[in-house]
Amino acid sequence: MAKVFIYPLNSLILADLVERFGHKPLTMMSQIREKVTGLSLDSPPMNITSEDPKLGLKYAAIEVPAGVRGRMSLMGPLIEQTEAAIIVENPPANFGCIGCNRTNELIKYLIRSKGVPVLEVKYPESDDEARDFVNKIAEFLETLPREKPEENEKAKEEGLPEKEGKE
Amino acid sequence: MTETKKEEITKYIVISSDKVLPSDAAMKIYESEFPVTVKETCFGLIVSGAKNDVQGVVEKIRQLDKNHIFIKDRGFPPGDERRCRASRGGGPRPGFHFLREEVEMLPAIGAALDELEAKEHVKEKCKTKCRLKTSDLEKVIEEELAR
Repeated sequence: MAKVFIYPLNSLILADLVERFGHKPLTMMSQIREKVTGLSLDSPPMNITSEDPKLGLKYAAIEVPAGVRGRMSLMGPLIEQTEAAIIVENPPANFGCIGCNRTNELIKYLIRSKGVPVLEVKYPESDDEARDFVNKIAEFLETLPREKPEENEKAKEEGLPEKEGKE
Repeated sequence: MTETKKEEITKYIVISSDKVLPSDAAMKIYESEFPVTVKETCFGLIVSGAKNDVQGVVEKIRQLDKNHIFIKDRGFPPGDERRCRASRGGGPRPGFHFLREEVEMLPAIGAALDELEAKEHVKEKCKTKCRLKTSDLEKVIEEELAR
């Protein structure tokens, strides 16, 4: 199961397709959940701790608008986990957490320069485009590894003593 | 305490099916007796609860019409004061606009998934040569008549 970064980060269609084809989508929702349900917040609904601006500074300099750094403190950790990415251009609407174009440009740049497999497609506007869209994503996701080699090794190591014990 | 909090998750079930209504899916969840909170919405359901329970419920609902039921995570729990429009004076909640745009595309995506599944089915069949089953022929006729 590969960790697949999706852009837009809160897309229902992309998150569902990635999960449907057996991989883990890296979404904004999981980051938000940690923020809003965690007990470390000082004064909800101001969902920021003193650590967040520092985390954002790792990706954007101090002169960059605070909104970009704030967003990067949430999106940056996802980029670091990324093993593959699906970037969809011209999404129909960008609001809220993904509403900042400068942040979007920065995350797309970071993903492309990371050297992971990236699929770039356009949002479908007709049935034919939707068919191409789904087919391209399905083909791309099928090329990704289902299980990590490390996990296989671990499973083998764990399995060996049991077998020895049985013998 | 923190660990139990972390295990609580919320998922959207967005239904774009001709066969399944949000109320049908909600009834299925009540029948399944999983300890989850269900909220029915105009586009589907919001399910909240322990991680394993929610994942179990969600997979069960997906199987009702797997190519036309879509699922995604939600960060905020249902009815959260920071998002719920009941406490914000009405109007669509933040995040609903993008979901609404995507919901309009779901019939086309569902049809594309149907076609993809049918193609894989054909590919699998091509590997082993055999006669056409009457049940398959019936399906083909039903699909043609439904057009």
